[in-house]
Amino acid sequence: MADLEAFREEVRSFLDANAPKSLRGTSASGVFDGYWGGAKHPPVDPDVLRWRDVMYERGWTAPQWPKDCGGAGLGKEETKIIWEEVARLGLPRPVVGFGFAMIGPTLLQFGSDEQRRRHLPPICRGDIRWCQGYSEPEAGSDLANVQMKAIVDGDDYILNGQKIWTSHADKSDWIFCLVRTDPDAKKQQGITFLLADMSSPGVTPRKIELISGASPFCEVFFEDVRVPRANVVSHVNQGWTVAKALLGHERSMIGQSIGRQAGSGQEELVGKARKHLHVPEGVIPDPDVRSKIAAVAIEEAAFQLTLARIAQSAAAGKNPGSESSIMKIAGTEIKQARYSLGMEIAGLDGLAWEGSNSEQEFFDDVEFTRSYLRSRANTIEGGSSEIQLNIIAKQVLSLPEGGKGG
Amino acid sequence: MAEQDLFMVADEEQRMLEKTAAQFFAQHSPVDRVRKLRDSHDELGYSRALWSEMAELGWCGLHIPEEFGGMGMSFYELCLVVAQAGKTLVPEPFLSSILASELLVAGGSDAQKSEWLPKIASAEAVIATAYFEARSRFDVRAIDAVASRTTTGYSLTGTKVHVHDAVGADAFLVTATLDGTPSVFVVPAGTKGLTITRGNRIDGRNAATVKLEGVTVATDSLVPGGLAPLERAIDYATIALSAEMLGGADEAFSTTIEYIKVRKQFGAPLGSFQALQHRAARVYISLELARSAVLAAARAADVVPAELARYASLAKAKMTDAYLHSVNEAVQMHGGVGVTDECVIGFYLKRARAAESTFGNAAFHHARWATVNGY
Repeated sequence: MADLEAFREEVRSFLDANAPKSLRGTSASGVFDGYWGGAKHPPVDPDVLRWRDVMYERGWTAPQWPKDCGGAGLGKEETKIIWEEVARLGLPRPVVGFGFAMIGPTLLQFGSDEQRRRHLPPICRGDIRWCQGYSEPEAGSDLANVQMKAIVDGDDYILNGQKIWTSHADKSDWIFCLVRTDPDAKKQQGITFLLADMSSPGVTPRKIELISGASPFCEVFFEDVRVPRANVVSHVNQGWTVAKALLGHERSMIGQSIGRQAGSGQEELVGKARKHLHVPEGVIPDPDVRSKIAAVAIEEAAFQLTLARIAQSAAAGKNPGSESSIMKIAGTEIKQARYSLGMEIAGLDGLAWEGSNSEQEFFDDVEFTRSYLRSRANTIEGGSSEIQLNIIAKQVLSLPEGGKGG
Repeated sequence: MAEQDLFMVADEEQRMLEKTAAQFFAQHSPVDRVRKLRDSHDELGYSRALWSEMAELGWCGLHIPEEFGGMGMSFYELCLVVAQAGKTLVPEPFLSSILASELLVAGGSDAQKSEWLPKIASAEAVIATAYFEARSRFDVRAIDAVASRTTTGYSLTGTKVHVHDAVGADAFLVTATLDGTPSVFVVPAGTKGLTITRGNRIDGRNAATVKLEGVTVATDSLVPGGLAPLERAIDYATIALSAEMLGGADEAFSTTIEYIKVRKQFGAPLGSFQALQHRAARVYISLELARSAVLAAARAADVVPAELARYASLAKAKMTDAYLHSVNEAVQMHGGVGVTDECVIGFYLKRARAAESTFGNAAFHHARWATVNGY
């Protein structure tokens, strides 16, 4: 413990001396708040790059990763301390993105030494931005049904097919893909996990517009795209194992992100009720609205406590309990309940859309409407609620397979 | 204190305590006992002898300070034991004893504490708290009973309803208005003018109407702390009840999961059908969220007593919804069997409904949560 306290002091003085003053107090310091990097990134404030450089020098953009992969080889506790101290100063993380949350941990687990040394340092420095080529038009919840063809030609594969719901594909430099290398095998067994350069000839990303009017999502079309066979992670036709491990990292990332969001709903909803019901203070006289806000707040509190309980179990050295399986579904549904209630409370005033007259001040912020619309996707993306229920039924409750619709 | 700092996970010793309690209740009070007590028209609805055995294990006064004959352990540990009791619907008077002891610890005179707390801890005395009246709903301060001064003390007149464990109680803590101020009095059983009439409830628990007609008590029977200690005692008891409900909801759920794994229709176990799998998974989610709320509230009672009301409402509101969710699905998934008296699931449904309305239902606690949080 004394060592950790000394380490905290070291981190503090390092940050005091080196973190750009202009960035302090500017960020929520979540896993996605910060510089996403990549070759296609628009120009940024030089302090953002300075901040990246000082942290990268010490291996602190990915403190837990090995030193020869761009990290600092630190333990979990030290890493936690670094991010706590970064958060304490209201600093963004120096570099963020799917490289850290998804492909990095996967390459550390399944990649070859050469793949790790080649791909991880550019993630740490924010030089290369990654996107996830999983879903396809015929492989949504049924992910193992991916059809994108990968046919061997000399030292390369030739890829043909389409990915969909690829977040930030238009801004990314590389993509990790699930491709079909054996069309005759059982569906989980003919899949290979492959890394591809987005600048290869024949790769075309196209944006997908969403109901919220803002979207990170793209389709990516592959037409005779050449990818070296050396870019296979793990083994040919064993990509499903890699894919599932990565989904675990993704779920934990979504969980962290939800954990930050679910919990602040009460204040926002009470604010809306005060504004739209014209009750500047005191008891909200509409008992239905009041009770509904309390119900959402109680769900949020119970969810936050569940996250804390999971962390406490883990810290006490117990295996992560089955309760962690509920995080994704519970977190996203509670978030939807909050936005949905916000829309209900705002009533007609909550219907503002972009281009509405700025003199109509009774309108709510369009961003809330957008967030509401966006929240409807939360129970679909990253494993739909129905898939989460399947997982709980089978893996936690051990209910039998094989019934109709099971 | 941040919610994340409330430690919800039991340590090794606490798990031992849970295990001991689980074994004791499974052996001495399996759920079938509820049926036997009902069918034998047992007036008390529980057993004083078994309650005494629990006292020997230290459970009746687990949370009572050592100076008053208790174990001086944490409220969290008490809740772990009560949750185990909830699993088999143990009817012994945990809640009445918690209510009375917390009231006396916080508001009783030294003499009242010395007289009654050791007896509660040793199970020598069961004290019923009589505070509900016909028009109270859940409002503790809606009191029509009145106390008037006499030359030797007070005279109490009024009618209390839904008084838990009133039959067989050795004393009562009774609310009445004295000179316009809501007050609490200790009334020994057998005092002249006191009439106890037991009601028959769906959960079979001991609850009665307590009528006071010019009941005379001595000056020192007035509880000096007034009504505030009763309100806090109800919050403690609410958290303990939530723990009992957690145990019951868990048991109804696991019984149901085992049932749908073996019961076959259309040539397959019911549990293999996705229509049931998803609903079962949803009960699991409710229970895990409720478990966190209840365990956090139990710990908060020890470490952040200033926030007792907020946590009591959190636990009771969430647990009430989760218990009803669990038992409603349990009955439905058991099918026709679930609505037969022979199946134990019905007892859980009945207890869930009784527990729902004890110490305020979910709507009451939503409203109180809003009040506590300033809206």
